[in-house]
Amino acid sequence: MSKQNSQPEKQLLLRMEGIDKSFPGVHALDACHFDLHAGEVHALVGENGAGKSTLMKVLTGVYQKDSGEIYIDGKPVDIHNTREAQQLGISIIHQELNLMLDLTVAENIFIGREPLKGHLLDKRRQNQMARDLLQSLSMDINPLTPIKQLTVAKQQMVEIAKALSYQNTRILIMDEPSAALSEAEIAELFRFIRDVKAKGVGVIYISHRMGELKQISDRITVLRDGQYVNTVNTEETTLDAIIRMMVGRVIYEEPKAHSNVAEDAPVVLEVHNLSSPEVLDVSFNLRKGEILGIAGLMGAGRTEMARLICGADPRDSGDIIVNGAPRSISTPSDAVNAGIGYLSEDRKQFGLCLHLTVADNIVLPTLAEYSSAMMVDEKRITGLANEYRDKINIKTPSVGTCVMSLSGGNQQKVIVAKWLARDCDILIFDEPTRGIDVGAKSEIYKLMGQLSQDGKSIIMISSEMPELLRMSDRIMVMCEGEKTGELDIAEASQEKIMTLATPRK
Amino acid sequence: MEQNAKGRLFNTQKLLAPAALVILYIFFALFGKNFFSTYTGKTILESAYFIGFMAFGVTFVIITGGIDLSIGTVMMCSSLVGGVAFSMWGWPLWLALFLVPITGCVFGIANGFLVAKLKLPPFIATLGTMLVAQGFSSIISRVQTQRYPTIGSANAWFKSVFYRAGNFPIGAVYLIGAFLIALFILNKTRLGRYTFAVGSNLEAARLSGVRTDKWLIIVYSICGLFAGFAGIFYAAVYTTVIPGTGNGQELNAIAGVVIGGTSMTGGSGTMVGTLIGVFIMATLKTGLASMGLQSHWQTFITGFVVIGAVLLDNARNKASEKAKVKRVSAVKGAPKLENQA
Repeated sequence: MSKQNSQPEKQLLLRMEGIDKSFPGVHALDACHFDLHAGEVHALVGENGAGKSTLMKVLTGVYQKDSGEIYIDGKPVDIHNTREAQQLGISIIHQELNLMLDLTVAENIFIGREPLKGHLLDKRRQNQMARDLLQSLSMDINPLTPIKQLTVAKQQMVEIAKALSYQNTRILIMDEPSAALSEAEIAELFRFIRDVKAKGVGVIYISHRMGELKQISDRITVLRDGQYVNTVNTEETTLDAIIRMMVGRVIYEEPKAHSNVAEDAPVVLEVHNLSSPEVLDVSFNLRKGEILGIAGLMGAGRTEMARLICGADPRDSGDIIVNGAPRSISTPSDAVNAGIGYLSEDRKQFGLCLHLTVADNIVLPTLAEYSSAMMVDEKRITGLANEYRDKINIKTPSVGTCVMSLSGGNQQKVIVAKWLARDCDILIFDEPTRGIDVGAKSEIYKLMGQLSQDGKSIIMISSEMPELLRMSDRIMVMCEGEKTGELDIAEASQEKIMTLATPRK
Repeated sequence: MEQNAKGRLFNTQKLLAPAALVILYIFFALFGKNFFSTYTGKTILESAYFIGFMAFGVTFVIITGGIDLSIGTVMMCSSLVGGVAFSMWGWPLWLALFLVPITGCVFGIANGFLVAKLKLPPFIATLGTMLVAQGFSSIISRVQTQRYPTIGSANAWFKSVFYRAGNFPIGAVYLIGAFLIALFILNKTRLGRYTFAVGSNLEAARLSGVRTDKWLIIVYSICGLFAGFAGIFYAAVYTTVIPGTGNGQELNAIAGVVIGGTSMTGGSGTMVGTLIGVFIMATLKTGLASMGLQSHWQTFITGFVVIGAVLLDNARNKASEKAKVKRVSAVKGAPKLENQA
């Protein structure tokens, strides 16, 4: 790495060099660098899928690097599992807290290494140790309280205390620690991070919230598409510069130049003031033949919004108007009847009945029409399935094949066929190309383009910027449950989208 | 497609279970006393009667990924309710017999409601109804054993219609009839298709607009109905029905289903498998007796058969998974394949 140590008086704790990691079909990390000094907060930023988590998983021994070197205190180390990471003084606090809710604070902190008296648990000593620990960290938490009685912020404190209770912890990784916290709680968290810092611990801080980085971090490293982009001193940079680094990729696919939707295309879907705990007062329109891209970072509430529209989850308020008529959608069956089909980001969990055949999956929403009296009409179902198999080119030995044995792209097509067979005119694609290889991706794009030309209206939720810019006629951006903006494709750019998608707190 | 239709009928059980049944039969024919005879054949059929009815019903529930622990006591309770109507309330026998499957169905609807609407885990919901049915049978009969008419009494037709017509094991006709109906429902109707869909992925089925609540209630009602019918045949075979019993019979039925290759995790299973599983149980029971082994030996050995059957099934599923992966790569590697269609 070319960058010189910017704080020469500080000791270099960690150096990762040329870290490479591939998964089948994905080059997740491509020669990434990272380093950390004692007593600094080093922020790690990037879009969804930029490789932040993968890099941290390599560091904590969850994944094994393909190549590259990790040095701790200047000595090369190999980290094979989380226990080895722990022994080297590396602790991580995950975004989802790993606490046992019914156990007490003390029990959680010392789980797996409880102090013993003979062969029995020494509860009293455990509680005293916990009390001492919490006191030394000036945390006002009673070690006897069950975790579930604490606020999320306090629970997070317990996680931190637990991480630091390993005597040797010198590298503390915090993955989106502020995501679930209120502003007062964040202030407390920061005060606390500063304390830890003063003790000489190096903190790696992962966050989407740019405002926070300014407050808490000393340096910022940006990753993009698994590659190292740059490391800058926080004081010397600006928010806009960081965003430019995050999205500054060269896009090989030409983005769509202008919207393909006619000026007078009728509005097929109106959503007014949609609200739930995760979605805050979102309104938008969708026109016939339009592809509306929905951009946002992890936790922006996009999937949650889609699930409200298709009746999968109950909404607190909001109106859904289809083709000018208000529809009361409270179950998925209502949504399907209104012509709204949802293609989940998680095909296996929410999209397909994996034990059933291609034909049975395609006909599932339409089965009533393909059965006379009580009997299902096998012949017509096969005919229907074959029709869509040819129409959208589903690669399967036969429509009687179990859908489990199809590739990701073809499974996605089966779900598309399912909604087309049901005459759904509004299709919600949630991360349509996740886990699909490059060749199949372009086929899915072609299919979506074809569908919109045929007059279907599409909402496409995507975390992939190039995909959004290439496919959408209009892009709506969400951030932390709220709609933060809408961009016509002609004016949209990666920078604009990322600026709207980034929390300002 | 041809292969698939067949696949659904025989599916996981294709050859193994029938082979096991044949081997068992041959084994007992060689080593049992007087096993190879029409009399023994009849005994096997008869000991499959009410277990069979319950097993057909509960196959639906297990394919949805659920379980019904109540069928044993529901069978007994239904049978008792009929007996009470006949002997204590003075109903004509034919009318009392109508009440038997209806009682079973009511319990089934209750199970379905608890599982589908109130979202109770099926294990808990049906454990509850199991106890309710057991208690209810004692309450309604005032803990009196109920007697159905025997041969030679006023309503002698009961036995000859439901148990033995002369020497002919007529109960087997109903058993086969029930099997064919269950087979038809599972493989040819919308209900059957949704049963598999719900068991394979409830959430995907729901998001596809399938009213999963409704269909689950129907599935549990059918299971209850079959348990009710089992009650008639239990009465026909044993004549006397004792309140507070029936516990444990559901496990025999479930064992039959599992031996027949239906997966407890839902999404796959066959009615043919269940039929064979039930007969494996019945053959074991009769065969072990013919070797002079008491019923506790049957229980002991049945336990091993259940465990062995599921272990085998797991091993085979793993093997077929591997085969599938191979097939996918074959499809991917041969892009010409799809153009021929």
